[in-house]
Amino acid sequence: MATDTTFAPPGAPPRAARAGRRPALRRDGRYASVFLAPSLGGLALFTLFPTAMALGISLFDWPVFGTRSFLGFGNYSHLLHDPVFRRVVLNTVLFVVLYVPLNVVVSLGLAVWLGPQIRGRQVFRVLFFIPVMTPMVANVMVWRLLFQPGGLIDGGLQAWFGIDAPNFLGSSNWAMPAIVAMSIWQGFGYNFLVFSAAIDQVPQSQLESAQIDGAGPWQRFRYITWPMITPSMFFATTMTLITSFQVFAQPFILTQGGPGVATQTIVMYVYNQGWQFLQMGLASAAGWVLFVIIMGITAIQFFGQKRWVNYDV
Amino acid sequence: MTSETNSAVRKVRSGVSHTLLIIVAIVFLGPLVYAVSTSLKPADEVFTPTPHLFGSEIRWKNYADAFTFAPFDRYFLNSLFVAVAGTLVVVAASSLSAYAFARLKFRGREQLFVLFLGTLMVPQEVLIVPMYWLMQSLGWVDSYWALILPWAFTAFGTFLLRQFFLTVPAELEEAARVDGCGPFGSFFRIMLPLARPAIAVLTVFTFISFWGSFLWPLIIINSVEDKGTVPLGLAQFVGQQGTQWNLMMAASVMAMIPTVLLVVLLQKHLVRGLLVTGLGGR
Repeated sequence: MATDTTFAPPGAPPRAARAGRRPALRRDGRYASVFLAPSLGGLALFTLFPTAMALGISLFDWPVFGTRSFLGFGNYSHLLHDPVFRRVVLNTVLFVVLYVPLNVVVSLGLAVWLGPQIRGRQVFRVLFFIPVMTPMVANVMVWRLLFQPGGLIDGGLQAWFGIDAPNFLGSSNWAMPAIVAMSIWQGFGYNFLVFSAAIDQVPQSQLESAQIDGAGPWQRFRYITWPMITPSMFFATTMTLITSFQVFAQPFILTQGGPGVATQTIVMYVYNQGWQFLQMGLASAAGWVLFVIIMGITAIQFFGQKRWVNYDV
Repeated sequence: MTSETNSAVRKVRSGVSHTLLIIVAIVFLGPLVYAVSTSLKPADEVFTPTPHLFGSEIRWKNYADAFTFAPFDRYFLNSLFVAVAGTLVVVAASSLSAYAFARLKFRGREQLFVLFLGTLMVPQEVLIVPMYWLMQSLGWVDSYWALILPWAFTAFGTFLLRQFFLTVPAELEEAARVDGCGPFGSFFRIMLPLARPAIAVLTVFTFISFWGSFLWPLIIINSVEDKGTVPLGLAQFVGQQGTQWNLMMAASVMAMIPTVLLVVLLQKHLVRGLLVTGLGGR
């Protein structure tokens, strides 16, 4: 992230000049505290304090009503031994492993296909972006009807091909793929727009001269387009990884985590512990586990980027 | 190969490509078309052996019926109020702090900015438990305050507007300063008017993220009939006396319409909103 350094610009001014800036610094400082007060106060109260508090709560047996008692790492060791929590982590990882690569392939494929030469591509950009912006709950409702026995998929398969569709949302084999399919439909428009904007920056003249030199479409993509879009690729994969670990509304409404706990995710577990079983300590610990997973993934992405991300093309 | 067959091949290729594109668009739009189609059918024609685009009648009345089946007028008003109020707070707080980070010189500015960006790392799921406890302590459980304020201070807006403010030439403000304009004057009279496009983007994307938020309202609102937002109302709809799918779809379509309009309206600026959308959805 580019932060500019105001205090030591290159070729720093001589002392006299710096002394002359001090009153301005002090005056600006007073104004700054006024300008910053709302944001700083809000972030401190509603983000920084709760983050620390979450760690605190996770060390307690903290029922919504009743007495609290200190447990140390008791909640965390409980999570470690809870078969449901283990299953829930596996489910979330499965979702991420299916969702992220598919999303990237679909959105990148379409972005390359719908290159600058295609007429009306702005229409597709807007179209694909619509489910990204419409309320998630409304999107999920539509797909719940779609997957319903007798819904469009089942009805269509029977009427046109004579095949009985499985009960997608009630089958432990099909429920997770169904959730992934719905999520890709809803979410790929975001990455499509990221990639599409990046591809716009690739100079057409380079692609054309490569074509004249006999480079095929794959070679042109691999050696010209790809190196120039790796920063967007990094941004898109990082964002998609982070948000997909937080998946909630899709399984919550499509399957309620079922059948059994086959599609329950970490965030659903946090919600259930906190607001169904009223165990705030356990919910908070599970939330922190999620936070650590996300931080770990982000760190791996950032350290790994040196190997494949190209910032100086 | 002659140039004639070459151009013929190219024509066939572009024909195939365009046909495939139209197929992709139809498959993609399928669920939305199905939702609108279902929302206009009589209740007993939602599930038919063969799928039909139209039922025996086009039943616009479903849209009116959705409001009587559940208090959707109330849900829409609540959502609108919460989203507008929340957006106002976000835009006000983040434009002020963005100005400080872009234009004012003060000790610890860089460190503070890094701290701001650091808060973006914390996922909402970590915050909901202590936030709920905080709301209990403040007596805000099941209140509009709880829907609006906890998520109205995000560093995204600050970051977005700061990037914009940095592109405004410093000479504009210096001229104003010579004329006796202080930081407040130059913020309100120079920066804010210039930043209108960036503020519009922030406004729309913030509004949409409030409009769609689900997890937090689900947790903090107990009296759904009274203070529920649209997503809560939709979620309640399922399983109420056997789901009325045609009414359900009518309600879903109505929930989508404002956001679809905003996306179309703001289509030129979607790219700039990507960051606000990416992690801001709460």
